[in-house]
Amino acid sequence: MIPLMLIYLAIFGGSFVLIRLALRRLRARHDFTSLKTVTFGDESAVRPDRLASVISVLTIFLIWGAFTGSAWAPIHVPGPFVGETRFTYIVEAADGARDEATVFATVSPAGETGTAPEVAPGDGFARDDAVTVGAWRSVLVTWDDNDAATRADGAKVVAIEGQPVQPGDTVETAAGRVTVTARGTLNYAPPKGLQMEPIWLPPPEAVVARVAEIAASGYQNFTLWEHLGWSLYRVIAGFLLGALVGIPLGYAMGLSGWFRGWFDPIVEFMRPVPPLALIPLVIIWAGIGEAGKIILLFLAALWIMTIAARAGVSGVAISKVHAAYSLGASKWQILRHVIVPNSLPEIFTGARVAMGVCWGTVVAAELVAAEKGAGMMIMVASRFQLTDVVIMGIILIGIIGYGIDILMRIAEKWLVPWKGRV
Amino acid sequence: MRFDLPNGSHVQALRDVSLTLNTGELLSVLGPSGCGKTTLLNIVAGFLAPTEGQITLNGTRVTGPAAERGMVFQQGALFEWMSVRDNVSFGPRMAGQREAQWKGAVDHLLDVVGLRDFKEKAVYELSGGMQQRVALARCLANDPDVILMDEPLGALDALTREKMQGLVLKLWKETGKTIILITHSVEEALLLGERLLVMAPRPGRIHREYRLPFAEMGAGQDLRLVKKHPDFAARREEILSMIWDMEEEIMGRNVEAGA
Repeated sequence: MIPLMLIYLAIFGGSFVLIRLALRRLRARHDFTSLKTVTFGDESAVRPDRLASVISVLTIFLIWGAFTGSAWAPIHVPGPFVGETRFTYIVEAADGARDEATVFATVSPAGETGTAPEVAPGDGFARDDAVTVGAWRSVLVTWDDNDAATRADGAKVVAIEGQPVQPGDTVETAAGRVTVTARGTLNYAPPKGLQMEPIWLPPPEAVVARVAEIAASGYQNFTLWEHLGWSLYRVIAGFLLGALVGIPLGYAMGLSGWFRGWFDPIVEFMRPVPPLALIPLVIIWAGIGEAGKIILLFLAALWIMTIAARAGVSGVAISKVHAAYSLGASKWQILRHVIVPNSLPEIFTGARVAMGVCWGTVVAAELVAAEKGAGMMIMVASRFQLTDVVIMGIILIGIIGYGIDILMRIAEKWLVPWKGRV
Repeated sequence: MRFDLPNGSHVQALRDVSLTLNTGELLSVLGPSGCGKTTLLNIVAGFLAPTEGQITLNGTRVTGPAAERGMVFQQGALFEWMSVRDNVSFGPRMAGQREAQWKGAVDHLLDVVGLRDFKEKAVYELSGGMQQRVALARCLANDPDVILMDEPLGALDALTREKMQGLVLKLWKETGKTIILITHSVEEALLLGERLLVMAPRPGRIHREYRLPFAEMGAGQDLRLVKKHPDFAARREEILSMIWDMEEEIMGRNVEAGA
């Protein structure tokens, strides 16, 4: 873990030196911000270096590839040993006679089964053995199967690769790790290297291949687009219902003392309750079908939108309301032409938060129980140890969440151009 | 005007403020901070209900805000989600007029206040002085009987302010509207006040009333010439020292109360 962090820091610092100092001339800019001499402490002068973003993402993929033996990564950390190797052991028979024998091991790549080589028994009462083992796995070597002196006769292994051992001892040899079990057999594990097993972390190309496969043929009776589409549909339906109820409720709370008094305790109580805590209750009441999910997301969005609309009303400068009244506007006209447009920035901020919360909640709800959806996909995959599907699901969930936020920001810029400029 | 405070005591914000304003008069109200100028204006506008006495306009009693009393605020209070033209036509549109009915008047007003080229702009693209011109035009477009101005030029820089004072005078002369103007600038009160009300604090009351010739002189003339008039400097000194004394008195009282 620590070498990994050091490598990461080295890439961070190295690319900084390379890009910022070596390429300074090439990337010189001549706009107004570039003339500011004080940049440390002036947030407006801090511009994200997009080249750094690109290198950052590439670095993540590089490290991911390097530790999974990806074909895409130009460098790899040492992988598990694959091939043929051997180690020796010394058996002491009951009468004190000693003889040396060799274990010939064939380590096959992960997921394949190799065939044990034919070995000559060698001389002495201890005969040579042959075993086969998969990479990252271990194998039990019952060395006395073919020997003249067996454990039942009182023979025991006293040394491995020349190192004396007792039952329970572990010896690190060039061929890998050998442990003498309590019953006298040998447990042999070839060197694992530093790479991750695909079952823990598949290489990026496996995830991409899985995306293509699931996009083409589906997963658990639904296509990938159906899974993602259903999750999105639930979010949008729940959010729209929440906004449809929450915004008028928030306006009412901002405009009438009775409404505010009546709903304040309810809203203030429900607001800090995380929607995830409502999942069990919603499942009890509405089951695990669509209705339950949408009710849950409705509740997640409702309070956020209510509070946003209420804040929007209280954010209206009183002089604007006074101005509208003294221009002869009626209450309804003031609501329509002054309060609603003036609260739009707050409502958009609330909508962005609500969409984020809804997206997180829908995935969590699908993790608990669902027939389809992004969360259900990764939950089922994790039960079958399909790590590539899990990682694919996480990446897609992240991309969609990010996409939702970007769309909301674009809509906000378009609908509320005066935000932050008054 | 008297109201209770949360701690059980009460504030006498205004007492015995009686005056009659004739059509077409321009009244400026001046006084140290806390003398109830803005409270008085809010009562006239109908945003506050007086505890004693009443406001009567054209023979009917004022009970709330209405289109007959237009208001110009210190910060413009414009609707930034509307273009300049939509802001100015807000009053007529709310009254249900069609575009054909208000278009001519709105365009004319925007020309008069010098925003000919900014009619379709968003208000947040305008400078502070321009925004205040929009606010003036918006108020005039509604054709109110009385225009109430609450330190309308207070937030502007000195140069823009001088220009705007000329504009207010010009509009007053051209439209013949009745105007009540609250200000904390003695010079502005003298220049723009055909009648000038100096108020005293605690409780807010009319301290003294002047009738001044400067507004009449200033209309259509360079305001800097008016300021050079010998009477102008004398009046300014007189009123300044009057307000100075009031401020001293307030502070002195505070010191005594604290001791």
